[in-house]
Amino acid sequence: MRESTIMKIHYGTALGAVVLVAVHVLFRITMMNYEDSLAYENVLANYKYIPYAIMLELILVLLSVHGFNGLRVILLELKQGRSYEKAVSYGCIAGMIGLVAYGSRTILMASMGMT
Amino acid sequence: MSELSQTMAEEESSTEVSSSKTITLRIAKFNPEHDSTQQFADFKLPYERWTTVLDAILDVKKHLDHSVAVRYSCRQASCGSCGMKINGRPRLACFTKISELNSDVVTVEPMNNYPIVRDLVVNLERMFTTHKKMQPYVIREDTEITAPTKEFKQTPEELEEYIQFANCIKCGLCNSACPTMATDSSFLGPQALGQAYRYVADNRDKGKSSRLKIIDESHGIWRCHFAGSCSQVCPKGVDPAMGIQLLRGYLLGFRK
Repeated sequence: MRESTIMKIHYGTALGAVVLVAVHVLFRITMMNYEDSLAYENVLANYKYIPYAIMLELILVLLSVHGFNGLRVILLELKQGRSYEKAVSYGCIAGMIGLVAYGSRTILMASMGMT
Repeated sequence: MSELSQTMAEEESSTEVSSSKTITLRIAKFNPEHDSTQQFADFKLPYERWTTVLDAILDVKKHLDHSVAVRYSCRQASCGSCGMKINGRPRLACFTKISELNSDVVTVEPMNNYPIVRDLVVNLERMFTTHKKMQPYVIREDTEITAPTKEFKQTPEELEEYIQFANCIKCGLCNSACPTMATDSSFLGPQALGQAYRYVADNRDKGKSSRLKIIDESHGIWRCHFAGSCSQVCPKGVDPAMGIQLLRGYLLGFRK
């Protein structure tokens, strides 16, 4: 993939995450007071409301893609070398997939009531 | 007193001149073949208001220490040979007057981000390699030479798009000031990217897509953090940081 395509994804995921996280925070502070919104039952209730669970899943994907690409960029600037750069790129893709898979599993389990 | 002489007197008094008429010139001495660390040699020198740092170094070389290694040529900021770090900032030695530094100690060191050949001389090979990689020439299939009646016309507005980038003298000060180059040895650097913009923005040129492909790599244009140091140190007023942002516009589809 060309670096410009990767960076377009990087900027796009940042913008998307800012918007969705803002919606998420607004939900926390508008639906009820902040402390109550973090109570165990209320957090679980969020996951059972499917549109909200989809939004959380989207935030997870956007932040994972953006964060791991950011990490890749930082590591590429720290050190150079063909095998090192390959390891960093594949390592970041693996990390990203791992985090999305684990987070999705958590969201799925909570939304299905498997707690 | 006439009006002219009064103005001249005012200008003279407003020009800041170091109170002392002698300075200590600290020259970095390092030979990678023999030395493990850089040492400084100090020289006390008289100077005039118009004395440049290069004049002072050449004075040392002529009268006090013949072994000082320095690269220079035109002495008028045209050739870009005498780039070095003067009091911590990359500058051209021939274009920096001692009086404007407002310091009694002037420290000269080789530029950062380049391998040192000896003392103040650095190896600029990588900069020239990346410069050549940018295809620094107008690419066209037709030519003015084969058809003598043909002209590649350009309006003043079209010329304005890139003309400041054509002032680059390849002194390498921008690459020396670049914080990304300090850690990423594969980064193309502001000099090369500025030159890529110079030709991409030239409406006579037809090599835009190939140049954009060259800079669109993992150590290419996207590694610039827009610190802007390159533009601050350029002795010719070129703004590579702006050129890099404009090039990104082409790659992101904001510019055609």
